[in-house]
Amino acid sequence: MTAPTLRISDLRLGFRRWAGTVEVLHGISMHIRKGERVALVGESGSGKSVTARIVLGLLQQVRSARISGLVEFEGQNLDTLSARDRARLRGTAMSMIFQDPTSSLNPVYTIGVQFHEVLRRRDPRLKMAEARQRAARALADVAIPNPDRVLDSYSFQLSGGMNQRVMIAMALANEPSLLLADEPGTALDVTVQAQTLRLMRDLVEEHDTSVLFISHNLGVVREFADRVYVIYKGRIVEHGPADSLFEDPRHPYTQALMRAVPRLTGGGIPDIEDVSEAYFAPLVVHEGCGEPEGAA
Amino acid sequence: MSPVLRLLAKRLVTSMIVLIGVSMLIFSIARVIPGDPARIALGPNATAEQVENLRERLHLNEPLPVQYGHFVADLARGDLGISLYTNRPVTRDIAQFLPATLELIFVAGLMMIVIGLPLGALSARYRHTWADNTIRMVSLLGVSAPAFVWAVILMLLFAYFLPIFPIAGRIANMHVVPSITGFLLVDTLVAGNLRAFGSAVSHIVLPAFALALSGIGQAARLTRSNMVETYDRPYIEMAQAYGFPERRIARRYAFRPSMIPSMTIIGLDFAAMLGNAFLVEAVFAWPGLSRYGVAAILRKDLNAIVGTVLCISALFLIVNIIVDLITAYINPRIRHSQRA
Amino acid sequence: MQRTLYILLRNPMSMLGLLLVFIVVFSAIFADFIAPFPAHRGAVVDFANFNRAPEWPYIFGTDLVGRDIFTRIIYAFRISLMLGAVVLVIAVPIGVTIGLLAGYLGGWTEYVLMRLTDVFLSIPPLVLAMSIMGVLQPTLTNGMLAVTAMWWPWYTRLVYNITRSEKEEGYVLAAEVIGASRLHVMFREILPNCVPSILTKMTLDLGFVILIASSLSFLGLGVQPPTPDLGSMVAEGATYLPDSWWLTVFPGLAILVAVFGFNLVGDALRELLGADQ
Repeated sequence: MTAPTLRISDLRLGFRRWAGTVEVLHGISMHIRKGERVALVGESGSGKSVTARIVLGLLQQVRSARISGLVEFEGQNLDTLSARDRARLRGTAMSMIFQDPTSSLNPVYTIGVQFHEVLRRRDPRLKMAEARQRAARALADVAIPNPDRVLDSYSFQLSGGMNQRVMIAMALANEPSLLLADEPGTALDVTVQAQTLRLMRDLVEEHDTSVLFISHNLGVVREFADRVYVIYKGRIVEHGPADSLFEDPRHPYTQALMRAVPRLTGGGIPDIEDVSEAYFAPLVVHEGCGEPEGAA
Repeated sequence: MSPVLRLLAKRLVTSMIVLIGVSMLIFSIARVIPGDPARIALGPNATAEQVENLRERLHLNEPLPVQYGHFVADLARGDLGISLYTNRPVTRDIAQFLPATLELIFVAGLMMIVIGLPLGALSARYRHTWADNTIRMVSLLGVSAPAFVWAVILMLLFAYFLPIFPIAGRIANMHVVPSITGFLLVDTLVAGNLRAFGSAVSHIVLPAFALALSGIGQAARLTRSNMVETYDRPYIEMAQAYGFPERRIARRYAFRPSMIPSMTIIGLDFAAMLGNAFLVEAVFAWPGLSRYGVAAILRKDLNAIVGTVLCISALFLIVNIIVDLITAYINPRIRHSQRA
Repeated sequence: MQRTLYILLRNPMSMLGLLLVFIVVFSAIFADFIAPFPAHRGAVVDFANFNRAPEWPYIFGTDLVGRDIFTRIIYAFRISLMLGAVVLVIAVPIGVTIGLLAGYLGGWTEYVLMRLTDVFLSIPPLVLAMSIMGVLQPTLTNGMLAVTAMWWPWYTRLVYNITRSEKEEGYVLAAEVIGASRLHVMFREILPNCVPSILTKMTLDLGFVILIASSLSFLGLGVQPPTPDLGSMVAEGATYLPDSWWLTVFPGLAILVAVFGFNLVGDALRELLGADQ
């Protein structure tokens, strides 16, 4: 068996603050196999987003961050790479989709110019005209009806849903093997979010892209993910295939999370008021979902 | 009409309105001068009849709005009246002194942009490092003293203590250069007189730098803070997530958007320079408009005060229109706005 | 509070700023006890000791009529600080209110108010103050008036720009949708978002008011002799460069020290406000 696209083992993260170190991740382990869509579910502040940023190598640049543990991308330990080599992976082998598409696009350049920059990550000598053609194709893939108009627009001239599609198209333009999606489209309204997510699912299926899908929205996760990790206060508390986990949540925290899913709207942030001792119960792993041992 | 042209037209119209406002403001300030300007102009020995004649000629006996009407009518003919002190048309005095001031401000403004913006960008790019701290300290020192203090310090250090630059004036006396534009840096080159050009350059370095210092500090500080703020925007993280080189992120993703809020203030800094030129010209005996203006204010020379302030304000409005156009160029929100 | 102290103490430059501001303010308040020659703040003449280079007991030397420069600097601080405080207390509320009104209400209100502001901003600050001072009698009160007249538009422009962008933000729309009054939206929703910028500008401006006031008196248009003033001291001494350098250098450095101190503290405050967000 080939190495999983991503393997994280005993990852710990702390931030140095004036009153000592604040621990954010207490040793989490997870993996994503090729073409697999894996969701990391938890409340805000549980450590979901920082995990994605460590995988990308962005948090490593923050001076107050203390990181330990293993992060392996396609069998390669990211810690052994230089900052330069890590930067080389970003935008080519892995890419990311952010929460608010409109503010994640640069307001002083057109979509076309930004697309050109993204495409040049893989192909540095790419000419604008050629980039435009490829970008137009990529935009057509995310069901944007008139790509040329969009390429000449600025992000503030487009709707949130349109910008989200642009982001998806950009993220997949260089055929990355890993896509990190951090609460994609949470800033959008529910129908638009559902549409763009369906689009994203079809595309990653087609390209066999591995996805780390970060969300607090169980409804969305159920539709999108093959496998789910539930994270609570920097610890993974339950892990299993999406079907089995949703039908048979075993960890007290997961159960609480499920009860809190707003059934009618499907969106919105689950609101778990009480902190229960039981939430700190040990990790529950569903059948056939153990972490791969050692370097593959 | 393109949005930028429409913006330009709109700015020209508002500038005219503002200029009319300025003329009203400065006109009313000048007319509430205590004491009789005619008496001041003629001196204590003039007879009551002479004074009355002059009052009549200057329309001083009529109500303020009527006086303003006369003033505007004259202004439309390019006539700002006679200076009560030099006895020459104010427009001619201004035309004589303005180029020296413009030259000084232009060189200082150039220094501000060429030195200040890169310093600020560097500071933001390497924020919270020793380089950043050093630049911040130096730019803070720059803005912490008025131009005349810098002028005195620079003069002591680089004209007296280390006699590298001349002490005062615009050019050494031995050089005679035909006046074409009034800008010595240009005229000497046109005349092909390189030694005169060198002399003009060495004369302008200290005054321009003294004038520019606070602008440099201001521009660096502003650029830094706006750029640091821009660094917190999601699109910077996105750029980092796509692995763009830090230099490229600094230039294209952080610097350029952060220039949009900076440009307005840089325009206002230019205004400050037009005023601060008064201080620097006084120290370096620079024969410019500012000295003429201060003398006019001290002598309560009405027409000269109004003329000088109006001229400086018009200059400032022109600078601001240019700044707005540059802002429009770098800010697509304005360029593509339907309301612009 | 603990955090505030930590941030201030961690940064040696903000400590230096606090120290400088403390020295300036302390010496201004207790000038009568600190100054070696309190009488020298007025029109005293001591021709036996005129134009002396720095030596004990005249640590900064004496001026052209034999007055102790150190004493006069301390009393000049007192007057500058008073002037700065009064100017800001008057100018800031005016400028902020106009900026909020223009930015939020839009339409004709915006047009008229912003053109009015533009009129004031189109005259370089120093030139405007000079014109006013040239017309009025040069007294301390008129000096404050002149500097106030040039100061408020800067706050108008600042608040106007922030208001215009904040107006489009979700929280403002939300307040409008639930039927909040315009006054509420302006002063309770938008204004708090302007406060960090306003505060930063104010602390920095305390120094700048001192700077501008000294510039006015440097040109002979500010506080008049025999009242001690840093600007006029530099102006008087400038003709005696380079020999009697102490006449200009010490008053000049005094301006630098005071303004630098306020700027350092202003920067530290800004960092604090930024860290709180």
